[in-house]
Amino acid sequence: MSAPGFGYVLASDVADAVAQGAGPGAAFLAGGTDLMQLWKAGAKAPSRVVDISRLPLAEIACADGRLDLGALARLSDVAAHPGVARDYRLLAEAIAATASGQVRNMATVGGALLQRTRCAYFRTEGMACNKRAPGSGCGAMAGESRQAALFGASSACVATHPSDLAVALAALEAEVEILGPAGSRRMPLTDLYQLPGVEPEHDTILAPGELITSVTVRDAARLAQRSTYLKVRDRASFEFAVVSVAAALRLEDGVIVEARLAAGGVAPRPWRLGPSAAALIGRAPGAATFAIAAELAVAGAQPLADNGFKIELLRRSVIRALETVGGAS
Amino acid sequence: MAASETPAAPALSNDGRIALSIILNGQPCEVAVAPSATLLDVLRDDLRLTGTKKGCDMGACGACTVLAEGRRIKACLALAASYAGQAITTIEGIGSVEQLHPLQDAFIRHDALQCGYCTPGQILSAIALLAEGPCDHAAIREGMSGNLCRCGAYPNIVAAIAEVAGL
Ligand SMILES: Cc1cc2nc3c(=O)[nH]c(=O)nc-3n(C[C@H](O)[C@H](O)[C@H](O)COP(=O)(O)OP(=O)(O)OC[C@H]3O[C@@H](n4cnc5c(N)ncnc54)[C@H](O)[C@@H]3O)c2cc1C
Ligand code: SF4
Ligand code: FES
Ligand code: FES
Repeated sequence: MSAPGFGYVLASDVADAVAQGAGPGAAFLAGGTDLMQLWKAGAKAPSRVVDISRLPLAEIACADGRLDLGALARLSDVAAHPGVARDYRLLAEAIAATASGQVRNMATVGGALLQRTRCAYFRTEGMACNKRAPGSGCGAMAGESRQAALFGASSACVATHPSDLAVALAALEAEVEILGPAGSRRMPLTDLYQLPGVEPEHDTILAPGELITSVTVRDAARLAQRSTYLKVRDRASFEFAVVSVAAALRLEDGVIVEARLAAGGVAPRPWRLGPSAAALIGRAPGAATFAIAAELAVAGAQPLADNGFKIELLRRSVIRALETVGGAS
Repeated sequence: MAASETPAAPALSNDGRIALSIILNGQPCEVAVAPSATLLDVLRDDLRLTGTKKGCDMGACGACTVLAEGRRIKACLALAASYAGQAITTIEGIGSVEQLHPLQDAFIRHDALQCGYCTPGQILSAIALLAEGPCDHAAIREGMSGNLCRCGAYPNIVAAIAEVAGL
C-alpha cells in the first residue's frame, strides 16, 4: 500500500472550503475514516486534501420540533446529545450500531452520508469495477454477489450503499443543505443519491466543491416512542449491515396513522419502503398488517446468484422491526 | 472541545513537509510530517513511539488506538496534519514500569493477553470506554468491539476492564 501522496490544505472558512474543494484533484477530509481507507486502497487518488474538520459546522441543535445536525458533528456526539436520545431515538440507535467507538469519535454526519460502497471489488485495486475504473466491468456481478443490491441496480453496477445513519435519516425524511460555488440548495436526503445507471462512478449529485453543511429532520419527535433501527449483520458488533430496517409508527386509537420505513443493504442508496408504509395507514398493528407491508417491501426484487437470501431476510426484518414498534405501549 | 478552535494553518517547509505541533503525552511536540502521513506512521516512524501498533492499517483491528483530546480514535485512519494542536495520548503516556496504569496492572493479573500485539490498543480503548461508564459486562463487550484480538484473550480482557470499572 504505497499510494502516491497528496497535498494538504486546511480550509479557513466555509467559502474557502468550497473554493479549494472545486479545484482539480481536490477531496474534502472530515473525519477521514473513509477517505483514508479509499486512498490506501487505491480507490481514490486526490492530489490535494482540503481539511474541513475545523469548520464551525459541528453544531447539534434540537428545538422547536426540528433537529439540525451540522455536517461536521461527530457521530458519537450526535448519539450522546440529550435531544437526540429523547426525540430521535432512531438516529441514536443507528449510530450505536455503526462501526466502533473509535470510528464514531472520528466519523462525521456528512462523511457518513457520503461514504462509499463496501463492495470488495471497488475497494481492491486491480479488480474489475465500473465504479472505480469506468469501463473495466463489474466484478461483483460476475463473481461474488452476496452483498449486491436487490433494487435500483444497473447492468453497470450492483453495489449497495453502506451507511446506517443515512437509512435512519431517510426514514425520517431528512433534508440536506448544500453549499457550492453556485450558491446553496436544499433537498430531501434521498435526492442526494443517484442510482448507478450507466455512470456508477458518481454516487451523488454533488458537483465539485459542493459541501454538505447540515442535515435537518422536522416534526419527528412524535414518532420517537415507536421507532427502531434493526440491523442484521454477520457478527454481533462492528460490522456493516447485510440488511437493515428503520421503522417508525404513530398510532391513534389502536390504528396506525403515520408510518415511515426505509431499508439498508438492499439498494445503491437508502431505500425508502413507501408502498409498505402507505399500506400500514388505517390498519391496526398485527401479524396480518405487517405481512402485507413485508410483502410490498420485497416486491420487484431482482436477485443475482448469491444474494437471493436477502429477499426473505428483508421480509422478516420488516416484520420484526414492525413488531418492535407496533406492540402495546 | 478546545481543539476545535481554528488553529493557524500548519506551515509548509520547502521539502513539502508540514510542521506539525501536537501535545504528545502531555509534552509539546513539533515534528515535520508528510502531508499524507497518518498519525500512526508519524508516531511510530518519525517519533519512534512504537508502543502503538499497526495491525491492519485500515481501521479494522484497533491495534492503533490512541486518544485525541481524551477520545479514542484509530491512528491509522487519522491524517496527522488534521490533528494539529491536539493532545494525543499513547500507551507510552499512561503509566510506567514503576507505576502501572490500573488497566495495565489488571491486564497483567487477569492474563488478558497472549502475544500482546493488540494490548496497547485494547488499553487505550478501555481507558476511553471507562470514561463513558459501561454499566455491565455486555456493555464492555460491545464497547470494545472495535479492538480485535487474534489470540482470543477476550474473556480475560473483559474481566480486567470490568474489575477496574468496579463491575
Ligand atoms: C472499521 C470501520 C467500520 C465501519 N462500520 C460502519 C458501519 O457499521 N456502518 C456505517 O454506516 N458506517 C461504517 N463505517 C463507515 C463510517 O461510518 C464512515 O467512514 C464515516 O462515517 C465517514 O465519515 P468521515 O467524517 O470520516 O468522512 P471522510 O472520510 O472524511 O469523508 C468521506 C467522504 O465524504 C466527503 N465529505 C466528507 N464530509 C463532507 C461534507 N461535509 N461535504 C461534502 N463532502 C464531504 C469526503 O470528501 C469523502 O469523499 C465504518 C468505517 C470503518 C473505518
Ligand atoms: S457492484 Fe459496482 S462497485 Fe462493485 S464491482 Fe460492480 S461496479 Fe464496482
Ligand atoms: S491498524 Fe488501525 S485499526 Fe488496524
Ligand atoms: S494478545 Fe495477541 S492479538 Fe491480542
